[in-house]
Amino acid sequence: MNANHEPKTGKPEPEPAAPAIEVEGLECRYGDTVVLSGITFAVREGELFFVIGGSGCGKTTLLRHLIGLMKPVKGAVRYFGENFTDADLAVRRNLLKTFGVLYQNSALWSSMTLRENVALPLEQYTTLSRRERDEIVALKLGQVGLAGFEDYFPAELSGGMKKRAGLARALALDPRIVFFDEPSAALDPVMSRKLDELILQIRETLGTTMVIVSHELASIYALADRVIMLDQDAQGIIAEGQPRKLAATSDDPRVTEFLTRGGEEVRTA
Amino acid sequence: MSMVPTYARAEATLEGDRLTVNLGGAWRITQPLPAWRKVLGESRPRAVRLRMDGLERWDSSLVRFVHEVQSWCRTTDAACDTTALPETVRRLVEQLARAQEKRVPSDHSRNFLTDVGLAATDLWRQTRDFADFVGECTLSAIGLVRRPGRFRWRDCFAEMQQCGAMAVPIVSLSSFLVGLTLAYTGAIILRQFGGDIWVADIVGLSTFREMGAVMTGVVIAGRTGAAFAAQIGNMKTGEEIDALETLGIPPVDFLVMPRLLALTLMTPLLTMYANCLGILGGMIVSASVLAIPPSAYWIETQTIIDLSDISVSLIKSVVFGMLVAVAGCLRGLQAERSAAGVGRAATSAVVTSILLMIVADAIFAVLFNVLGI
Repeated sequence: MNANHEPKTGKPEPEPAAPAIEVEGLECRYGDTVVLSGITFAVREGELFFVIGGSGCGKTTLLRHLIGLMKPVKGAVRYFGENFTDADLAVRRNLLKTFGVLYQNSALWSSMTLRENVALPLEQYTTLSRRERDEIVALKLGQVGLAGFEDYFPAELSGGMKKRAGLARALALDPRIVFFDEPSAALDPVMSRKLDELILQIRETLGTTMVIVSHELASIYALADRVIMLDQDAQGIIAEGQPRKLAATSDDPRVTEFLTRGGEEVRTA
Repeated sequence: MSMVPTYARAEATLEGDRLTVNLGGAWRITQPLPAWRKVLGESRPRAVRLRMDGLERWDSSLVRFVHEVQSWCRTTDAACDTTALPETVRRLVEQLARAQEKRVPSDHSRNFLTDVGLAATDLWRQTRDFADFVGECTLSAIGLVRRPGRFRWRDCFAEMQQCGAMAVPIVSLSSFLVGLTLAYTGAIILRQFGGDIWVADIVGLSTFREMGAVMTGVVIAGRTGAAFAAQIGNMKTGEEIDALETLGIPPVDFLVMPRLLALTLMTPLLTMYANCLGILGGMIVSASVLAIPPSAYWIETQTIIDLSDISVSLIKSVVFGMLVAVAGCLRGLQAERSAAGVGRAATSAVVTSILLMIVADAIFAVLFNVLGI
């Protein structure tokens, strides 16, 4: 949907020159401890972009800075050319509508049904009537394969269903960017593959830019257009590019070791 | 984003009984959208054709609009031509129609009889769980007496500080004010009969035999019982209890016993302290309102309070402390693995603690009466 969905008969819209996400010189700290420093990268619109790296390298920290849950010490995050880091409340609220987030534990509100979970962003940001909101909720739940589960509470769902419901909520406002924090965490391989397929399907249908924080090699090889790899000791990015190409050509042993699981051949679906 | 936004348009052209609707502009769910009823106006066409000349952007709002047009056409037996729309839009419209038809049964409604039945079985289950838990705690206590090295003294001392020393300010305030209130209430009647000095008897007896232990119990139920339930419930949500169990460490030994011992030891101390503050409250009212010298008040208190009253207060407070600790820990271990579940566990811990204390207090009243204490 969104910018990538330009009908053939429609007038061509001039594409914005700015990438979907620009991160420039970001420095992230916990107290006095520097976790990440000098982080600079850009994500093109419609790209499936992975942030990869070993445990504790700062992937989730970077994500929390990108979505505004933490404020960087230095640097800036821009969405479609607009500064998000130092934005005033009105601009920030406007930019918040451009992205959705699927959290590691889905973060569904446990006291609300799936209908209420998905409808809440619509209530906050649109003027749709209740009936219209319900239709959008049905569409979103249908897109993630949960049609008919509107009246279920999160506690009544399996882990995979919760993830999909979380994704439906993240997609509620048709965001131009969706962030995923470890989408495969706590899912079995089959469920993980199904979620990967869903991510691809949504990207193809809606043209959404996807930024995925993960260390699941199968998902990285199956989905990623491009990755950046973070390293704990380097406190920053040590590689950027297409994952298979990096695995084959990188001179950095940390990169090849990670992407080949210490030299083991990785099979993907 | 910096460009001037264009809004969604739906322009209708009526030719005979055929309505052509051109969908143009940028369709964004967060921006103003055309309403089908307004586009339709008074016209009642026999056929609707959707086109999309000048469509710049679209999202779910367009899908919903097309779905509404199709629904209207179905209701009015009008033909709906969507062939000019992109395949993706048509696919999503079909998906929306299918999603709306599908319903996975989920019945959260219950009738009165079902509610009564469920409440009865729940009460029975809760009673059994409570008895099981008390039994488990007893066995654990026996085990720990045999092997005291396994007891987590450090946790116990930390809990003693939390539920004892840290509770002193709130216990002081509440017991002092209760003593003050009792003295005022007693003074109203006793003054009429010239028995002002007996205010000390009323305050002393009611504080030692009833109010001191009960007020301390209520304070620790609200403060410590709820905290125990929330701490343990949160640990359960974070799979910490599972981790203990998989390591073969009984959660009762590890989590419950230190808290149980801490509260059982601290509640009598707090209660004795509360009793003294209650008497002080009564003394201040007597001195300021009834002009009874503090020394006379103190002598009268000493004559009315004997060792049996102090024993009653101590026995009650030990039992109340145990009840609050057991209820708090049990509710924490029973908590559902969610934020709402932890909240419910904390609430339930307070309610259960207070209910159990009232029941225990009534039993004590009968028992002490029978024993003549």
